[in-house]
Amino acid sequence: MDTALQTNIQTCYHCGDSCVEELIVAHEKAFCCAGCKNVYELLEENNLCTYYSFEQSPGTTAKRAAALSRFAYLDDAGVEAQLINFKNDTICKLTFYIPQMHCSSCIWLLENLFKLNAGVSESTVNFLRKEVSITYFHQKTTLREVVQLLAQIGYEPAITLADTDGKKEKKKSNSLIFKLGVAGFCFGNVMLLAFPDYLALGEEVQRDYGKFFGYLSLLLSLPVFFYSAQGFFVSAIQGIRQRMVNIDLPIATGLLALFCVSVYQIVTGTGPGYLDSFTGLVFFMLIGKYFQQKSYDTLSFDRDYTSYFPVSVTVLKENGEEESVAVRNLKVGNRIRIRNQELIPADAILLRGSAMIDYSFVSGESEPVEKVVGEVIYAGGRQVGESVELEVVKEVSQGYLTQLWNDTVFSKNEEQTMETYANVAGKWFIIVTLIVAAGALAYWVPRDISMAMKAFTSVLIIACPCALSLSTPFVHGNTLRIFGKNKFYLKNTAVVETLAKIDTVVFDKTGTLTEPSAAELTYSGKALTREQERLIRSVLQHSTHPLSQRIFQHLKGETLEVQDFKEVAGKGISGEVEGVLVRLGSASYIGVNTDKVKDTLKTTVYVSLNGKVLGYYTFFNVYREGLKEVLQQLKGSKIAVLSGDNDHEEARLRELLGKEAELNFNQSPVQKLEYIQHLKKQHRHVLMVGDGLNDAGALKQSDAGVALTNSITNFSPSCDAILDATAFDKLSKFLGFSKKTMNIILASFAVSLLYNVVGLTLAVQGLFTPIISAVLMPISSISVILFATLSVRFAAKKAGL
Amino acid sequence: MFIIFLLIGISVTVASGFLLAFLWAVKSGQYEDDYTPAVRMLFENEATSGNSKDSSRK
Repeated sequence: MDTALQTNIQTCYHCGDSCVEELIVAHEKAFCCAGCKNVYELLEENNLCTYYSFEQSPGTTAKRAAALSRFAYLDDAGVEAQLINFKNDTICKLTFYIPQMHCSSCIWLLENLFKLNAGVSESTVNFLRKEVSITYFHQKTTLREVVQLLAQIGYEPAITLADTDGKKEKKKSNSLIFKLGVAGFCFGNVMLLAFPDYLALGEEVQRDYGKFFGYLSLLLSLPVFFYSAQGFFVSAIQGIRQRMVNIDLPIATGLLALFCVSVYQIVTGTGPGYLDSFTGLVFFMLIGKYFQQKSYDTLSFDRDYTSYFPVSVTVLKENGEEESVAVRNLKVGNRIRIRNQELIPADAILLRGSAMIDYSFVSGESEPVEKVVGEVIYAGGRQVGESVELEVVKEVSQGYLTQLWNDTVFSKNEEQTMETYANVAGKWFIIVTLIVAAGALAYWVPRDISMAMKAFTSVLIIACPCALSLSTPFVHGNTLRIFGKNKFYLKNTAVVETLAKIDTVVFDKTGTLTEPSAAELTYSGKALTREQERLIRSVLQHSTHPLSQRIFQHLKGETLEVQDFKEVAGKGISGEVEGVLVRLGSASYIGVNTDKVKDTLKTTVYVSLNGKVLGYYTFFNVYREGLKEVLQQLKGSKIAVLSGDNDHEEARLRELLGKEAELNFNQSPVQKLEYIQHLKKQHRHVLMVGDGLNDAGALKQSDAGVALTNSITNFSPSCDAILDATAFDKLSKFLGFSKKTMNIILASFAVSLLYNVVGLTLAVQGLFTPIISAVLMPISSISVILFATLSVRFAAKKAGL
Repeated sequence: MFIIFLLIGISVTVASGFLLAFLWAVKSGQYEDDYTPAVRMLFENEATSGNSKDSSRK
C-alpha cells in the first residue's frame, strides 16, 4: 500500500482527480468517490483492467452519476426507431456521440463492450468524431441496457432532441474525390501518350502511332470532360442563368475550346491536340476545389436549440410515480421533476422546491436566478441545487427560447456570396479575353483564314484563368489550416474572405469577455480575523448556493461544527458556531440600508456576527487573459458589447474598451439579433463573438459569427467559426492575418496574369503549339499553387501564428 | 511494332485496376477515420476471454 504512505492528497486511480473531499481505499487503490470505485470493480470483474494500462487514470469522474432510471424513455419504441440506423431480425446498429472519449484507453474499453454485455456483438470507435458504432442483438439486450452500460462505465452518450428529430445525418459526399481520382488517372495516361510530342520524336512516330495515340487519349479524356469537369460547366451555366459572371464561366469557355480544338485536330489528323493540358488543368483545379471544401467535419457548426435539449424528462404521475417521458411528448399540464444540473425543457411554473436557475446559457446572466413557487421558469435554464417540481405551461416547440428560432434568419438558406475576389476577377478576365480574341480574329482574317481560327481558339485556350482560380482555394485552404493549428476552426474557406472585410466587432459579455468559471471577490468593511473567517467558512459549507461556494473556496481554515443552521431561499443563511451567531446574505436579510442604486446592481453578500454588520463581499467578473491586448489591436474597427447582464460592470468595460465603444446591457436574444441587423443596415461588416444560446441569433445574423468555447467538443451554437477559449488572445491576429491573405491572393493573381500575358502574346501571333501548352500550363498551375502555399506559410510565421 | 500496342494496352489496364481499387477504397470508407485504426492495432488480443471475437470483423 504505497499510496497510503504518500502525503495527504492522493489522486484517484480511476479518474485522476485529487481525492480532496473523500478518499476511498479499495483493492489497494485510491478512489475519489464511490462511483469511480464501482466502475473499477465492474471492469475488474470482467477482466478488463487492461483499461488502466494504456494511460494513467483514464476514466472520467463518476461523481455526478445520476439514477439509471432516467433512461427509461429509451424503451419507447418511437424513440428507439429514431436513434437506430439499421435493424433486421437479429441485429440493431446505431451510432452514439460520446463527448467523454479522450484517450486510447477509451477506445479500448469501448471496443470491448461485448465483454461487459453479451448482447453487444460489435462496437467500433471513430476517435476523431468521438463516435462509437454499436451493433447488438435485440433479442439478447435492449437499447436501454446498452446506454445504461455506457453510462455506468463513464461514457454516457449524448442523446439530444436533435437525434430524435428524425433528421438523419447527411452522408458526406465522396463525389469530388471520385472525380479527382478519375481525372488524375486520365491525366497521367494521356500525358504518357503525349510524350512523343514533348520529345519531338518527329514524323516517324507521329505517322505510325499518331492516330492510335490520338484516339486513345481522346477516349481517356472523355470521362474527364463528361464527369470530372462537369462541375465547372454546371456552375458556369447557372451563372449565366442568374445573369452573373463567375470565375467558372471563363474556365468553362477555356476548357470547352481546348477540348473542341483537340477533338477537331485528332479527328482530322491535323495535329495531336491539347488533351494532356486539358486533363491536367481539370485535375489541378479539382485539387483546388478539394482544398476549398476541406473543413473540420468533426466539429459541428450547425446546431440549433434541439441539440441542447435532453430527450427525456421525469414526469410525475398523479399517483406520485415517476416516469421518464420523451420531451417531445410533453403536454401542457404535466408535472415534471428537474434535478440538480438538469435543463428545463419547456416553459413551466414552479410548484415545489427552491429553484436556482442558471440562465447563463440562454440570457448571458452570470449568476443563477432565484425563483419562488408560482413563478414561470423559461425553458433553457439549468437548475442548480435541490430537485424541483414544475408544471408545464407551454409545449417545447412553443417555448420562449424556441421562438427565437422562428426568426427569418434561421429559415433563410445561406445564399452564395457572389462578390468574392475570384468572381470579380473572373468578370474582368472574360471581358479582356473576348476583346483580345476578337482583336486577333480581326487582325488575321484578311491575311490568313486558318491562322485566324488558330489564333482565336489559342487565345480562348491560353486565357483560361485556371491558375487564377487555383490561387484562392490554396491561399484560403492554407489559412484554414494555420488557423486550425492555432485552435480557431472555420466552417469553410469562404469565412476567411469574410473575416478580411470585418470592420465592426461585437462581443457578448458573459462567458465571452469574462471567464465563466471564475469570479473575483473582494471584501470591504471591517477586516476579519482568522478566527472570524473560520466561523464564516463553517457556516458556508452547509450551503449549496453558488455564491456561498465561492466565498467558501476563497476563505481558509478548518471548519467547525454548526448549530441551528438555517437557509432562507433567495435571502441568506445563518448558523451558530461556538456561540457566535453568523449571518450571511443580501443587504435586506442582514438589515443594511443601501441608498445607492449602484450598489444594489452589484452582487454582494453581507456578513454579520452576533448581530453586528462587519462588511460585505463583492463579486466581480474576471475578464479573459489577453483581452486588453486584443482590444488594443482592434482599435481600427468599431467595437461594441452586447450583454444580457445588468450594467454594474459598465465602468470597468468602458475603461477596457475605450470611449467610442457601444455598450448595451440587459439585451434579450432578440434584441441582440436586431442590433446586428441594425449595424448591417449601415453597411458594416460585422463579426460577432459569443458563446451561448442567447447569442445564437446574433451569431447567425452577423457576417461572421464566432462561437467561443472552452472545449471544442462541447456544444456551441450555430456559427461560422469556433474559437477555443485558450486562443482568445490571438483573435486580433486572426483578423489581421485574414486581411493579409487577401494581399497574397492579389499577388498570386499577378503571377498567373504574367503567364497569361506571355501565353496571349504567343497566341495572338499564332505561335501557340502543343509543346508550349504542355510546358506553360502545368508550370503556371504548379507555380501558383507553390506561391500561394509558401507565401501563406511565410506570412503566418511572420505574424507569429 | 505490335508490341507497343500490346504494352500500352497492358499499362492502361493495370492503371485502371489501380483506379478501381482507389474508388473502392474511398467508397468503403477507408479514408473516413485515419486515427482509430492506428491505435486499435496496438491493442493485444487477450487469450483469457473465452468467447472469440471473430464476429467483430466487418
